[in-house]
Amino acid sequence: MDPNSPAVAPPSRRSFLRGAVTVASGMSAAVAALSPLKELDSSDLPTLDAFLQKHYLELGPGEMQAALERIRNEVQKRWDVDPVVRDVRPREGVEFVYALNLSRCIGCRRCVHACVAENNQSRAPELQYIRVLEMPLGTTDVERGNHHYDHATVPDALHYYMPVQCHQCANPPCVKVCPVEATWQESDGITVIDYDWCIGCRYCEAACPYWARRFNYAQPEIPAEELNPEMSYLSNRPRPVGVVEKCTFCLHRVREGKMPACLEACPVGARKFGNVLDPESEVARILREKRVFVLKEDVGTLPRFFYYFDERYPRPADEEDAALGQETAK
Amino acid sequence: MKEYGRFLFRCFRVSFAGDWRYQAWMTFLPVVALLGLNAYAKQLVHGLGVTGMSDQVSWGLYIANFTFLVGMAAAAVMLVIPVYIYKNRELHDLVIFGELLAVAAIFMCLAFVTVDLGRPDRFTHLLRRFNFPISMLTWDVIVLNGYLLLNLHICGYLVYCAYRRRTPSRAFYIPFVFTAIVWAVSIHTVTAFLYVGLGGRPFWNSAIIAPRFLASAFAAGPAFLLVTLWIVDRYTDYVVPPKAFQTLKSIVTLALIINMFLLVCEVFTEFYTDSAHGVSARYLFFGLHGKNALVPWIWSAIALNTGALVLLVTPLSRRPGLLNLACLMLIVGIWIEKGMGLIVPAFIPSPLGELVEYAPTLEETLVCLGIWAFGLGVYTVLVRITIPVLSGRLTIDRLYSPDYTRKVPVKLEHHPDTAGSHP
Repeated sequence: MDPNSPAVAPPSRRSFLRGAVTVASGMSAAVAALSPLKELDSSDLPTLDAFLQKHYLELGPGEMQAALERIRNEVQKRWDVDPVVRDVRPREGVEFVYALNLSRCIGCRRCVHACVAENNQSRAPELQYIRVLEMPLGTTDVERGNHHYDHATVPDALHYYMPVQCHQCANPPCVKVCPVEATWQESDGITVIDYDWCIGCRYCEAACPYWARRFNYAQPEIPAEELNPEMSYLSNRPRPVGVVEKCTFCLHRVREGKMPACLEACPVGARKFGNVLDPESEVARILREKRVFVLKEDVGTLPRFFYYFDERYPRPADEEDAALGQETAK
Repeated sequence: MKEYGRFLFRCFRVSFAGDWRYQAWMTFLPVVALLGLNAYAKQLVHGLGVTGMSDQVSWGLYIANFTFLVGMAAAAVMLVIPVYIYKNRELHDLVIFGELLAVAAIFMCLAFVTVDLGRPDRFTHLLRRFNFPISMLTWDVIVLNGYLLLNLHICGYLVYCAYRRRTPSRAFYIPFVFTAIVWAVSIHTVTAFLYVGLGGRPFWNSAIIAPRFLASAFAAGPAFLLVTLWIVDRYTDYVVPPKAFQTLKSIVTLALIINMFLLVCEVFTEFYTDSAHGVSARYLFFGLHGKNALVPWIWSAIALNTGALVLLVTPLSRRPGLLNLACLMLIVGIWIEKGMGLIVPAFIPSPLGELVEYAPTLEETLVCLGIWAFGLGVYTVLVRITIPVLSGRLTIDRLYSPDYTRKVPVKLEHHPDTAGSHP
């Protein structure tokens, strides 16, 4: 066509047909491209209630009841199990702290299994909050630890064992980075996630210096007979695909005076837990009296998860200590 | 308003018209985009487990491409600065090509973050609870969308004025142009701060990342523009002033030199210190405990960038073929440097010292290619529309004719003042 022709011809039949064929084939190709979506079951899709649900901190009492009821129905439908789903709130005057005795831990991983069972973690793909490192004697550098040790028996004489889980930092980098405030620190120091609010960007996973967060890369699978029916909104209720989860110090247990599942499973008493604001508590005493350290102190996260060693030899008398200190100062 | 609708409709029709190369390209791109859409549909059904990402390496190709494209978008201003700050009027119209690139690149960025989300169905949560100003990701949401609007306004306004044959009113776009210049620096700085601010990732936790981002972007973006303008100059009737290529080439060369210098600074710090912080860098450059998936990537990036630099600083690049080759080499080199060289190694080893490697899966790769095809398609269409408008052949008072792609037989006696013809 001459570009300077004085009139524009209306679309010819040929060009119209060509356009129509192009549009039709484009549309059908797009539909074909989207065909995998047919595999989606209606139960996989978020319900309207879930879609419209508010952020945990904005839910009124009635709305919270509705949300708990919805979760109960979803669990019933999927597993045919009748769960108790509650919203367990923090108590006043409590700040939880964990202390782990490295002199005692034998690396049996019973804590890992107890945690998986208690917190309804996905069995396929496998997801665990606790990672036990087998450390060579003479270092605390995690990069020298073995994550996948597999001896017939533990402990191995040339190693010690260091379990790592969420450190419930007082200055948590994961909370800072979340773009939608889906994760926050509660008044008792436990950092929680609203699984119905998380958008799954995994920025918190990138931010955590302790590798404490896990993402649901697939729909979590848990056998119905292994499902723990005692559930709470912010901790162990089953998680949907595409969201992040983490250790909550078993908040549904500890906020009601029980101990975390990992602690109860420990056969050697290496795990200690309690309210650090109570000076009589075991953890308060450990922090006062033991040789305590935290992992990666230099990153400034102020963990509430402390490691300590039992002293294996008598301490020099306090006066000698003081004298020695003055000597060195000179 | 009605006139504007007619303008859009004409643009829509123009976007379908072109010679066989254009038709082939615009068939190829949607095919790839649909393959990507198909892979993304699978990811929606099965979750992000179809990608190569894991709890250890929790960001991969998606975020790598996102980072690279933020740079491309930011680099659009490298054409704006010579025009508006150094008053280089000759290149005035070319600014639009840079800003169109920014628009297409931001579309790709937004697509890449969306496919990286585990729950894209919940993106409205961003509007309902926005962790601003604490989370750097919220800053990124603001600056990227703001930059998109700025550029849409600037090039939309200029192109529409050209279409209406009106002189653009300076008050309507000059303030936005200067805002966009500052804003461009901000988008890449904020994106760098996403990574730099994480104390738990020593490989990223370095002040040099933001300047390096800018330097590499200011090499890759203008290089991409240079190739685009060369294609425009060669295959359409739009004449690109030779000075444009000169300007772009010097920008690319200078930025590439600065980028290589910053890389040397970083490598020296990591390796000479020999501290535990350098362990990701050791993995990246030499492998660790027999695992070395990223080693071929980073060395090919360095080889490509060095090769491009050699071509650029020697007289070899006076030949357009070699100049384009140098540009393509450094685009690929910088793409690798940002992805396999910067995003992925920060996750290896994990913060607990576990060495889990990352390799993208077929689905993940297809999604990435699909988004690239989509973005290049957007850019192609935008350029396709802009060229006849700028050369005065798609204007309000000209009767519509879709057939002005070929440069030779076109006669322009009606409006010789506005049209360009190829020498």
